[in-house]
Amino acid sequence: MLNLFTDPNLQWILLGSILLGISTGVIGTFAYLRKQSLIGDTLAHAALPGICIAFMLTEVKSVGLFMIGAIVAGMIATVGISWITRFSRIKQDAAMGIVLSVFFGLGIVLLTQIQHSSYGNQSGLDKFLFGQAASMTSKDVYTMTSVAIVLIVVCALLFKEFKLISFDPGYARGLGFSVATLEQLLLWLVTIAVVVGIQAVGVVLVAALLITPAVSARYWTDRLGVMTVLSGLFGALSGAIGTWVSAGTAQLPTGPLSVLTATAVFVGSVLFGPRRGVIAKLLRRSSAKREWAAENAKQAGARVNASAKERGVSA
Amino acid sequence: MSGFWIMLTGALVAACCGILGCFLILRRMALVGDAISHSVLPGIVIAFLVSGSRDSFFMLFGAAIIGFLTVFLIQMFQQSGVQSDASIGVVFTSLFAAGVLLVSLNAQHVDLDLDCVLYGEIAYVQWNSLTIGGVDLGPKAVWLLGITLFIIVALITLFYKQFKLCAFDPALAAAIGIPVALFHYVLMGLVSMATVSSFESVGAILVVGLLIVPPATAYLLTDRLGTMIGLSLVIGVISSVAGYYVAAALDASIAGCMVCVAGVLFVLAFLFSPSHGFVVRKLRQRVSTAREAY
Repeated sequence: MLNLFTDPNLQWILLGSILLGISTGVIGTFAYLRKQSLIGDTLAHAALPGICIAFMLTEVKSVGLFMIGAIVAGMIATVGISWITRFSRIKQDAAMGIVLSVFFGLGIVLLTQIQHSSYGNQSGLDKFLFGQAASMTSKDVYTMTSVAIVLIVVCALLFKEFKLISFDPGYARGLGFSVATLEQLLLWLVTIAVVVGIQAVGVVLVAALLITPAVSARYWTDRLGVMTVLSGLFGALSGAIGTWVSAGTAQLPTGPLSVLTATAVFVGSVLFGPRRGVIAKLLRRSSAKREWAAENAKQAGARVNASAKERGVSA
Repeated sequence: MSGFWIMLTGALVAACCGILGCFLILRRMALVGDAISHSVLPGIVIAFLVSGSRDSFFMLFGAAIIGFLTVFLIQMFQQSGVQSDASIGVVFTSLFAAGVLLVSLNAQHVDLDLDCVLYGEIAYVQWNSLTIGGVDLGPKAVWLLGITLFIIVALITLFYKQFKLCAFDPALAAAIGIPVALFHYVLMGLVSMATVSSFESVGAILVVGLLIVPPATAYLLTDRLGTMIGLSLVIGVISSVAGYYVAAALDASIAGCMVCVAGVLFVLAFLFSPSHGFVVRKLRQRVSTAREAY
């Protein structure tokens, strides 16, 4: 495990995982508050046709091109979700499910087309979809650093606006903000974070990086600012511990370990969170019971006294 | 003959999913199917490690147990105050991560083709047939899905009123003495059953797609639950039959084409539904503004 501090390759992976954790944690906070936690899962699946089309158009297996394709497909997917929820009575969860399955279905059709035609082997595409944190190079980390910085800066600059549309979109509209534009912008930021994350941890697990730190953070605070910072911290912690453990053992992949670390943090928060946690709730309930019992005893005592006095007076 | 079996399997999946999906959409838990189809991975791997065989019975058993566990955990976190979408997300990603870890820990023993387990191929349906006493009774998947469909139809018709009330107004249902939690678990158990019995033969994506897209399309066409279920069934069956022919014409993935056809039908309903369609509503708006101006 010591080689973590000496092996430059591992340091790059560690840095990449931490940066990824921070950016998905911060963005995930807003997704969670807007009840769009599963948007990560949706966008990760929706990226598939984009990746396939990028490959079919260029016939080059390049991660950069795949990412551009994935981001474009993800952005189209977010527009689709917004349209379905805005122009019909279908709710957000169903809209996300429709976009997820139809885009992924289209992606599979394209994938079989690639397999059956002369484009050759699609193994590179698979690797991109299932994620390989261990093969992260310094170049990938540069991309992640710049993406993380852009995401965090945009969130910091638009913090007030995002806060407003997360809690009270109606009021935001009343104040004259273009809620639709802001919502779309937020979704695009999520898309970018998801696409960068896919490369590291794979399609399914990137959803966890968006949800789990944010839900955990919610247990510790009622303030959005604190929650965002905490969520970023939890994300970074999960990434770091995941990388650390996977560096110690030969055959354990980083992505699932990071996700399980995040889950452990979540379980800890559910149990020990102040006020909202299970233990805090139990303690509060028992102390309330005790207070109530004490109050009852006092009242009963007072009643006995009063009735005794009454009797004494009447007698 | 192979085409017939594939279409029949697709139609059975569409029927199972179409009925249950209506209730999921009304309860705003559309993505539960997606969650279950991913979270069963550790169940499959454990079943494989324990039994040492790739017999689909053990895999189904493991998957079913983890499927019910998923449903239970989601409900537990939801009751302790986690938003429903977040609770679904946390549970299925953790279980999936555990599954991936199990696979990589036992990489030398596990000779599981993950793609095939998770993204089963409907085109192979007819080669895995059920034979009892030397008599070929048709594909296993058809029998399994047929039984599942029978259970779903039986339970839903028996308790139709209860399920309906729980979907629209759980508070009222609880007030008049219907065990809402029990019906919730029964519904989720059925979803889990449908997902598990379909995904091995047809692939997770087809289950998830048919669980959401046809019911959502039906939801845009009617305001009555009974009609919605019927329409959802019809749309699902049309998607699987048409999807098969499209796939045959394009030489592409059958499951993918079925979902794509369902998607096209959804877009058509979204635009041109007589009651809730985008175009119709815009026209109506224009007429009413014109009338106001007049």
